[in-house]
Amino acid sequence: MGRVAFTHVSKRFGDTVAVDDLTLQIADAEFFVLLGPSGCGKSTALRMVAGLEDPSDGLIEIGDRVVNRIEPKDRDVAMVFQSYALYPHLTVRRNIEFPLRTRDVDRKTRKELVGKAADALGLGTLLDRKPAQLSGGQRQRVALARAIVRRPAVFLMDEPLSNLDAQLRVQTRSELVSLQRDLETTVLYVTHDQVEAMTMGHRIAVMSNGVLQQVGVPQEVYDKPASRFVAQFIGTPPMNVFRVENRTDLVGVRPEDLTIDPDGPWPATVFLVESLGHERHVHCHTPSGDDVVVRQAGMTVSPEAGAEVHLNAAAGAVHHFDAETGLRNDGA
Amino acid sequence: MARKGKHKRVPKRLPRRRLRDALIGYALLLPSIAVFGVFVFYPFAKDIQLPFYEQPESFGAIHRTARYVGWTQWRSVFTSSEFRNTLLVTLRFTVLTVPAGIALGLLLAVVAHQKMRGITVFRTVFSSTVATSVAVASLIFFSLVNPVTGLWRVRVGGVSLLESPRWALISVAAVTIWQSLGLSFIVMSAGLQTIPDDLLEAARVDGATPRRVFWQITLPLLTPTLFFAFVVGSISSFQAFAQVDLLTSGGPLNKTRTLTYDIFDAAINKGDQNRAAASAIGLFVIVLVLTIVQLRLERRVRYVR
Repeated sequence: MGRVAFTHVSKRFGDTVAVDDLTLQIADAEFFVLLGPSGCGKSTALRMVAGLEDPSDGLIEIGDRVVNRIEPKDRDVAMVFQSYALYPHLTVRRNIEFPLRTRDVDRKTRKELVGKAADALGLGTLLDRKPAQLSGGQRQRVALARAIVRRPAVFLMDEPLSNLDAQLRVQTRSELVSLQRDLETTVLYVTHDQVEAMTMGHRIAVMSNGVLQQVGVPQEVYDKPASRFVAQFIGTPPMNVFRVENRTDLVGVRPEDLTIDPDGPWPATVFLVESLGHERHVHCHTPSGDDVVVRQAGMTVSPEAGAEVHLNAAAGAVHHFDAETGLRNDGA
Repeated sequence: MARKGKHKRVPKRLPRRRLRDALIGYALLLPSIAVFGVFVFYPFAKDIQLPFYEQPESFGAIHRTARYVGWTQWRSVFTSSEFRNTLLVTLRFTVLTVPAGIALGLLLAVVAHQKMRGITVFRTVFSSTVATSVAVASLIFFSLVNPVTGLWRVRVGGVSLLESPRWALISVAAVTIWQSLGLSFIVMSAGLQTIPDDLLEAARVDGATPRRVFWQITLPLLTPTLFFAFVVGSISSFQAFAQVDLLTSGGPLNKTRTLTYDIFDAAINKGDQNRAAASAIGLFVIVLVLTIVQLRLERRVRYVR
């Protein structure tokens, strides 16, 4: 039904390669997150599924159909835009109704479906307002209602939470997750926010410079990053990656796994201690000239800036990356 | 000490300083006041005064002084069948030029709004008539339909287009539409560019055909631009003069005698400035009303995002 597949999909804009040979399978009813920094090609990938961009190479399938040559309107997808893209001249009701009107749904059914979608998102009292009379959070809900009103095979969401303030974002995040669970519809969700990806996605795909870096369930991607890029993109503060004596590859340790231990193998010099209340970040220089962060619980006694310390980590918490390619090196 | 003393003197000096500031202010305004006075305010006042006087009978009687006639002349001008005719011709001209000009400009703008290779060439071509004056456009058309030497010697009912009572106004309107098409194209293109791409994309994903996107999203969002173009177009069509003067001189049978041409004809050709002034005030009121309508309604048709 709502399966989506990319098979060797590339998109070039002139000399720029936005998406480079992307192969990816998204299962029906899956909440799938495309994660990466801006310009990594995640939005372009999403827009190709919507039909708003044509792939330069490769196949895109929705359900059992190859959709490369199918118009957006015939793809059975709905999209939530970062800007919400509400029609400013139409009321909330007419906005939500729009996808039904374009498909010539009769008046009675329209009314019923709009009522359902509006109820699901708590918009019942706002139906006669214009978008300009709504708050950011309400607009976002209208955009969602417009997307769910028709029950499409796939929802495409392009950074739908990034225009909300922090508090509303956290709340909407969990609402989106339960909405998807209720509707049992495939969601392809694009974000640059690793917290959104970790908390919402059944699986996540990390992209960088148009290239797919890793696909997996969030915990797996966090625990076993496939490359230095993924390791440092997911997690706050990012994973420490540093050079150590007698090794050609790079060592990676997450700040929470790094401990200050007099018997530790890695010497370091503390240069800054930040307290966030519930935790402390101890910033150190290593002899190789790399900066690392040790994350400590708030009640721990932290060293002073300038102190010479040794750092340690449990064997299972140490990752290795190739110094040249940045790829994970489990053989070592 | 000096400072303290200065402070004390400030209140005393104030009126004098104010006077000096005011004098400097007026001095700085003087050049523009003078220019406006000579070319706008004085003629305007004179224009209101003129219709209260009647032009003396002709036959070399120019030296005779004009006679005060009160409102009689105003009444006679505005109730005359000539004035009604010129107003009707002007309205007809507006109806012929404004909607068609907007529609064609919009059509070209929509075409040129596509992302296509070499589209800038078309944009340049479409906007090129901006670089042409009405006079030049009229002369081009005039030689085009010249009954003897023209490339396009269309004859209707035995006469050329510009001599046909039926086709003359349409021909003048056609030239006007063509000449103003570049501007209309530019205005419509600018309007299209204010519509965010994601709205059009959302509509496409929401299942709208290109036709539906145009009628239900693009066009409503273009209302402010259309409205602006409509009012500005109407004003400029009420002021149309050069094309009438060059192509038909108001003929045949006064079928192309627009308000502005009639004012010119009365004042310059017939030498009756007093009658012309009354018509000019009529034109002024019409344009004023259009402008007020535009200013009043402009905000109402604008959509806030």
